[in-house]
Amino acid sequence: MTDTNSYSAAAEVASTITRRTRWERARITLKKAPLTAWFGMIVIACYVFVAVFAQWLAPYGEADSSFAAYAPWGDGHVFGTDQIGRDVFSRLIYGAQNTVGIAFITTILSFFIGGSLGLVASIDQGWIDQLLSRFVDILMAIPSLIFALMLLTVFGSSAWSLILIIAVLDSTRVFRITRSVAVNVAVMDYVEAARLRGEGLGWVMRREILPNIMPPLVAEFGLRFCFVFLTIASLSFLGAGLQPPTADWGSMVRDFAGLLQFAAFDLKAGLTPLLPAGCIALLTVAVNYVVDWFLHLTSGLKD
Amino acid sequence: MSNDSNQNAGEAGEILLEMRDVRIEGWSDEKWNPIIKGVDLTLRRGEILGLIGESGAGKSTLGLSGMGFTQPGCRITGGSIVFDGVDLVTATETEKRALWGSRVTYVAQSAAASFNPAHRLIDQTVEATVSHGIQSENLAKDDARILYASLSLPDPETIGKRYPHQVSGGQLQRVMTAMAMSSRPDLIVFDEPTTALDVTTQVEVLLSMRKIVEEFNTAAIYITHDLAVVAQMADTIKVLRYGQEVEEAPAREMLESPKEDYTKSLWSVRALHKETQPSDDIVLSIDGVDAAYGRGLKVLHNVNIQVPRGRTVSIVGESGSGKSTTARVITGLLPPMSGQVTFNGEALPPELKGRSKDQLRRIQMIYQMADTAMNPRQTVGEIIGRPLEFYHGLSGKAKEQRVLELLEMIELDESFYDRLPSEMSGGQKQRICIARALAAEPEVIICDEVTSALDQIVQEGILKLLMKLQEKHGITYLFITHDIATVEAISDEIVVMYMGEVVEQGSKDQILTAPFPEYTELLLSSVPEMDPDWLTKLAEKRGQEA
Repeated sequence: MTDTNSYSAAAEVASTITRRTRWERARITLKKAPLTAWFGMIVIACYVFVAVFAQWLAPYGEADSSFAAYAPWGDGHVFGTDQIGRDVFSRLIYGAQNTVGIAFITTILSFFIGGSLGLVASIDQGWIDQLLSRFVDILMAIPSLIFALMLLTVFGSSAWSLILIIAVLDSTRVFRITRSVAVNVAVMDYVEAARLRGEGLGWVMRREILPNIMPPLVAEFGLRFCFVFLTIASLSFLGAGLQPPTADWGSMVRDFAGLLQFAAFDLKAGLTPLLPAGCIALLTVAVNYVVDWFLHLTSGLKD
Repeated sequence: MSNDSNQNAGEAGEILLEMRDVRIEGWSDEKWNPIIKGVDLTLRRGEILGLIGESGAGKSTLGLSGMGFTQPGCRITGGSIVFDGVDLVTATETEKRALWGSRVTYVAQSAAASFNPAHRLIDQTVEATVSHGIQSENLAKDDARILYASLSLPDPETIGKRYPHQVSGGQLQRVMTAMAMSSRPDLIVFDEPTTALDVTTQVEVLLSMRKIVEEFNTAAIYITHDLAVVAQMADTIKVLRYGQEVEEAPAREMLESPKEDYTKSLWSVRALHKETQPSDDIVLSIDGVDAAYGRGLKVLHNVNIQVPRGRTVSIVGESGSGKSTTARVITGLLPPMSGQVTFNGEALPPELKGRSKDQLRRIQMIYQMADTAMNPRQTVGEIIGRPLEFYHGLSGKAKEQRVLELLEMIELDESFYDRLPSEMSGGQKQRICIARALAAEPEVIICDEVTSALDQIVQEGILKLLMKLQEKHGITYLFITHDIATVEAISDEIVVMYMGEVVEQGSKDQILTAPFPEYTELLLSSVPEMDPDWLTKLAEKRGQEA
């Protein structure tokens, strides 16, 4: 520190910084995660586990209606049976697979569509941008639930048309956020440097811009996942979503809704419709906790 | 304390601010790190103290602590800061707030970022004065207009009605000085107020700041990294490094006979000099180029520049003169309206898309802000490795080996391989950008203000490195800058630009010797010199001419 004449660039800050690999950085970040984030991550992990291993975890089959209808809680059926004698507990487990799985695929798809188009629009900033943005404006002008209902009526309520329709409708929101954050990155010197190097559109999108807009996109992913999930549940509740005998939480709420009025006579029976609703609520809360933590983290680049 | 000369009459001599053994720490990397390690400072009424040092020396932290203020994440851990009898270390927030904006005020570096774009200038000028109840709004506004006039702002009566975006950077900086002066404070802290300005604008701002501070006999702390500037403003200069005082002396004494080697190194760029070597082998030639952004105003008018191989051509001019636009035309980012760019005897396609990979490889660019020129999510290995992979098809071990070689060429060791840009200092980042350009093995490198964001001593290192690389690899530089000291240090040829036109092109000796065309004269005379009387003389000279 005392020699003033011999200047060495390497010595400037070298002493204060320890080398860290990406894994180490991730580990340090995880260690500092708050309790709520841990709660969220554990809950999500449980849901994923249940969804993946539903076939082995469920005591009875998804569509097995060989039991007495409206059996009470306990007695071989933890949460009783439904109106045509299917085991509620098993259907809740299968519901995780169907509802969460479909919501996840839909969200991924909507991010792929909206994200890539948003990136293209942000880099182009010419007529492609105008065309895409106005088209998205038109789609967003129509109330999405009604639009989805209409399209489902036209194309039929199969799982895949459900996924595609919700993904496309939801991708408009993803397009908007991707474009607005990417526009700020697209004007940076390093993007210009990449273009001067002669890099193609794909590289600029994936390697230069995408890593820098990941944090807001991941946060948005969590939120959109919740919304997609709720949309599927509401569509099922309205009868246009997943069709029986596929178990899903939205239609289960609808089917059991009538039981609420019996709560005065049999508390447990009255609680049955709240079970699938509770599953939806718990996952939404958990995802939001994780997203909140992630948003908090993205305020700085360094650990 | 070292300043016992007769600086000011009247109340001068009375100590206004006395800081003893001040210690300040900042929170980073999970612990408190010392920023200021026991510095003493004495400021008398009407005196201007210059605080100078490279970035990270703690000069801003120390200057702000003179107001009893610490930036978020910092804390004062020891010493005393006595402002006119009040100890600011122990003073409550309310007590300090009563001082701030009334008796102690602050002028920040970036005036553009410090004004609220939604309010008129005059309302912001008088805001603190009125809210402290020093003057009624109308009186304060009348006074503000007088201040605008004494700061030589155009239309002092009406300029206050404008919004911040409607005046130039230099004018905004002067309005901010008026804001600081509005409450007639005892002390103003200037934090690099002219660093972001052009040399020609800087002169005007410096003159008006000095005039107004003298007029009201206000004490000031002037923070800067430019010794030539501080020499014009300050009575006493204090040099800081690593949070400690290197030396303190009256301005004249400091310039004539600096005691410490470190102080001398602060003007090291001015000591660099390159012998001009003429050359007739033209590698890059710009002929009759006109250019405009969109359908808007034309920014380049018939620009002709010849760049000889293996030499350094500097393009100088103030902001808005078309220097960077010329670079954009050469790189193909902005196709010209007419005229063409010839490279190695063949015409370059005007648009980026039309150029071959090899043509792109031969012309590389280094940017002013190394921060934004590197992807913050890529490591040094990825940043330097990409052009190797892209142009030369290297991968795996061979690529890594070459990156390490390049790191060695830019005088950094292999520990930088895995670093992210945020883990390096400004000078190191700029070196990585140089390595990225070198990785392509180019013939021409366009350097767009590459040293203007750096400290003098770091600038010197970068410039030396660039010259060394030129000698070794015969690279041609097109050096865009507004800093005449840099031009003097590295160029063979100079192009002077003004309002999108080339005023002059010629060898360095030819351009930098009299007689000068009018604009070159203005530009050259505006560069601060290491002479405490420079500004005074310049003001007199220009005053006579006007």
